[in-house]
Amino acid sequence: MAEIEKVEYWRWTESNWKNPDIPDWRGSLITAGVDIGSTSTQAVVMADGVPYAYSNMRTGSNSPDSAIGAIDWAMKDTGLTLEDITYTIGTGYGRVNVPFSNKTVTEITCHAKGANYIYGPTIRTILDMGGQDCKAIHCDAKGAVTSFMMNDKCAAGTGRGMEVIANLLAVRVEDIGDMSFQIDEEPDPVSSTCVIFAKSEATKLMRTGWTKEKVLAAYCHAMALRVVRLLERNGMELDFAITGGIAKNVGVVRRIERIMGIQALKPAMDTQIAGALGAALLGKELVEKKRAKENQ
Amino acid sequence: MLAHYGYEDGSGHYYIRLDTAKCAECPEKGCISACPEQLFATELDDFDDEVVLIREAARNTLQASCASCKANGEMELCRSVCPADAIGFSW
Repeated sequence: MAEIEKVEYWRWTESNWKNPDIPDWRGSLITAGVDIGSTSTQAVVMADGVPYAYSNMRTGSNSPDSAIGAIDWAMKDTGLTLEDITYTIGTGYGRVNVPFSNKTVTEITCHAKGANYIYGPTIRTILDMGGQDCKAIHCDAKGAVTSFMMNDKCAAGTGRGMEVIANLLAVRVEDIGDMSFQIDEEPDPVSSTCVIFAKSEATKLMRTGWTKEKVLAAYCHAMALRVVRLLERNGMELDFAITGGIAKNVGVVRRIERIMGIQALKPAMDTQIAGALGAALLGKELVEKKRAKENQ
Repeated sequence: MLAHYGYEDGSGHYYIRLDTAKCAECPEKGCISACPEQLFATELDDFDDEVVLIREAARNTLQASCASCKANGEMELCRSVCPADAIGFSW
């Protein structure tokens, strides 16, 4: 009997990166941020406030192990050890489970700080589309949060919802965005209230002859509508950007832009690391404040 | 900071808005004892200010939790004792 290949369509690509412009970290103030989300974990190491290395991987069943795994992967081939890191901040759902952290900070504060670094001081509205929740955040020119609203009642409108649809339609999650535009006409959205309803609706549509591309378009459309409602309730102010894993899905991003009639800023780095990046930056600020106080 | 705690589901959107800057200056924090459902609590925020928040376990059931106050047709008990007008409802 032929063996059936089991493909995990939902599995996105894990990654790590090292800054080629910083040949040696020695002599620098090293801070780190570890963002343990429900679905993914990121670790960012900064040297004097500049990203030096990061990793982005799936969160396992054990949060402390995920934190250690992420920081080890980020530090791989750098010569760094945990002892070289002056200050580490844990953030995300699992922030209390970072065994080597000096402090915990909410992911809302860290995402605003990280987005301020990635997109610059003009950023005012951030939509963080994570694995199991979605947050609309307002911040000032320094990246301090002025308002936030989140919805984690249901996986609809989150990365997990997208993974469910990827598995259902046997489409790799990273291909969904592009495929959702291979249609003649934008279809009506599927249910945006519940991911289980959306899944059964998608199954029904496939049975009636809809192509995978059309179903994906309907799902991306529904997800965009859901998060736009969140953005509108929290208030929209430009500049606007999207962080989190869904920011990599053009099918959702372009539909949000179309519905709202605005353009999201284009990121210069991986949008999934915004929280960990913000945590590492906050760590640097805390160390500098402490040192300034000691020198007074 | 304006913190919106709550959710949206098929029946509507249910958010309680708290102005945490006003809460930080409030010595009484009367909303905590006024709420019959014990939705409110205090916590040190990221900058070590003591602020009021909605308990995490209660955030996704606000429609049911606030139903008795809403049914009276009068101002909710938490809002009625707040001296700073720091609490708002989306429904």
